[in-house]
Amino acid sequence: MDYTTTILTGFVALYIFMLAAFTGFEIIGRVPAILHTPLMSGSNFIHGIVVVGALWALLNASSLPEQIIGFLGVLLGAGNAAGGYVVTERMLQMFKPSSKTNKE
Amino acid sequence: MNAALLIDSSYFIAAFLFIYGLKRMSSPLTARSGIVVAGIGMVLAVLASFLYTLDVNEAARPHLSTNLTLALIALALGLGWAWRSGKTVAMTEMPQMVALYNGMGGGAAAAIAAIELIGYKTHGSVSLSLAVLGGLIGAVALSGSLIAWAKLDGRINKTLRFGSLQLVNGSLLLVLLAIGVYIIWQGGMVSWPVFAAFFALALIYGVMMTMPIGGADMPVVISLYNAFTGLAVGFEGYVLNNPALMIAGMVVGSAGSLLTLLMAKAMNRSVANVLFSNFGELSDEAQGDMAGSQKPIDASDAGINMRYASKVIIAPGYGLAVAQAQHKLYELVKLLQDAGVEVKFAIHPVAGRMPGHMNVLLAEAGVPYDIIFDMEDINGEFKEADVAIVIGANDTVNPAARTNKSSPIYGMPVLNVDMAKQVYVVKRGQGKGYSGVENALFYADNTQMVYGDAQKVMVSMIQAIKSLGGGH
Repeated sequence: MDYTTTILTGFVALYIFMLAAFTGFEIIGRVPAILHTPLMSGSNFIHGIVVVGALWALLNASSLPEQIIGFLGVLLGAGNAAGGYVVTERMLQMFKPSSKTNKE
Repeated sequence: MNAALLIDSSYFIAAFLFIYGLKRMSSPLTARSGIVVAGIGMVLAVLASFLYTLDVNEAARPHLSTNLTLALIALALGLGWAWRSGKTVAMTEMPQMVALYNGMGGGAAAAIAAIELIGYKTHGSVSLSLAVLGGLIGAVALSGSLIAWAKLDGRINKTLRFGSLQLVNGSLLLVLLAIGVYIIWQGGMVSWPVFAAFFALALIYGVMMTMPIGGADMPVVISLYNAFTGLAVGFEGYVLNNPALMIAGMVVGSAGSLLTLLMAKAMNRSVANVLFSNFGELSDEAQGDMAGSQKPIDASDAGINMRYASKVIIAPGYGLAVAQAQHKLYELVKLLQDAGVEVKFAIHPVAGRMPGHMNVLLAEAGVPYDIIFDMEDINGEFKEADVAIVIGANDTVNPAARTNKSSPIYGMPVLNVDMAKQVYVVKRGQGKGYSGVENALFYADNTQMVYGDAQKVMVSMIQAIKSLGGGH
């Protein structure tokens, strides 16, 4: 199978950036204030994807300084992703459909 | 199976899951599943990344087993530490944890930039510019978020301010940009001290930019750095030719920018105002003396008065959460409801430390949604209330924001608790609020102060009401 990775340069990259920016804008527009904190935390988790880039950089490191920085990058990126997930998940736990609503 | 195809399709699915997850997170009904959806995307992307080992650079091939070991150790350490800290942190301390994790992401983006630059791996002016820019933004987000974390966590109490600070920061930024342009001009072929100076100055700039900002504005700043990290990740994604990073980073960059604007709007401040104003500096001169005095009352007396009121509105603030008094408060509320008192909660948009933080804290204590009201919905009702009780809130109930033009918080929307017939303020001592501004409410004729730890005050109120007996 002849498949090579798509090279994203020039205008293709620009189109991706533009569409992604609009997507982010549209998704967040008109959210109630009570969701601001969880959403910030959730988007904080999503940029934890940086760990994937750091992994690539570390696996392709060929000198000691690169390995050190790469190690730090993966460490920090993994912290971002894992911490972001746990904190967001805990916050959103609070939005359980309230079964304990008491009306007396 | 072709590894590159597998990686690319995993990234494609991950990018879809991120956007879909974020979309679900933007509505209270679907929010809980949203984070799980996004989490699946993350796991998929990380697992797929290990396929990189099949196809690394020629130069890195001899180091592959070392690098792989390092990667696994770093992943395990980062994941283990963050998972534990995220699980154990108290709800009240969530905002600073978000800041901390966000800073780590910025640091990771800066690390990618550093590797690309010191390894002379990036070619072409567009890639190089984005690598430099992403590195700069990532490093600023790292050090800035750490300062924000330290401030919210109470590790730094000082706000660094001096007259020419903005000038110093401005020049620092210019120097940074000059070095960046020089790196790009030289096609990235500069010696490592230049790179070191660039990243060191970027880190310093992040510190200098965040130090003058007061604690009350931190949520806006954290949200801004969140958007910064997103941008940095997106830019580094371009450099690495990684669409998952590009899309996720840019979505967060724009979503985070919008969130920052929404938060700033909820506090009636502009983002520029948050970053560059000298909030709090004027406060002492501009305020003058408060007329009248603070009048104390016993917790039990206040409790009994509430028991015989027909309508009570509660305005909770961060102090309530710090004292861990939400549960006791809800016990008091149920007692009052049993006695036939109408009880409502009034939530200021920035009650707690961030928009929505107080709702989360009350939900944790089991307070039902239908008695919790947003500021706009309840502000008109205060004048019908017999008692308004303020617990651990300060700036968000300061009537000076409506009336006193010289007050630094003038114009900020506030809860109109002062319009209730009787106001009780539960407060630890006679101090000022988070913004350092005196509160005119405490000196008003219809205000009485209940001094003490919020939890202890709640307990004495509950006991006082219970001792009356009956009431069912």
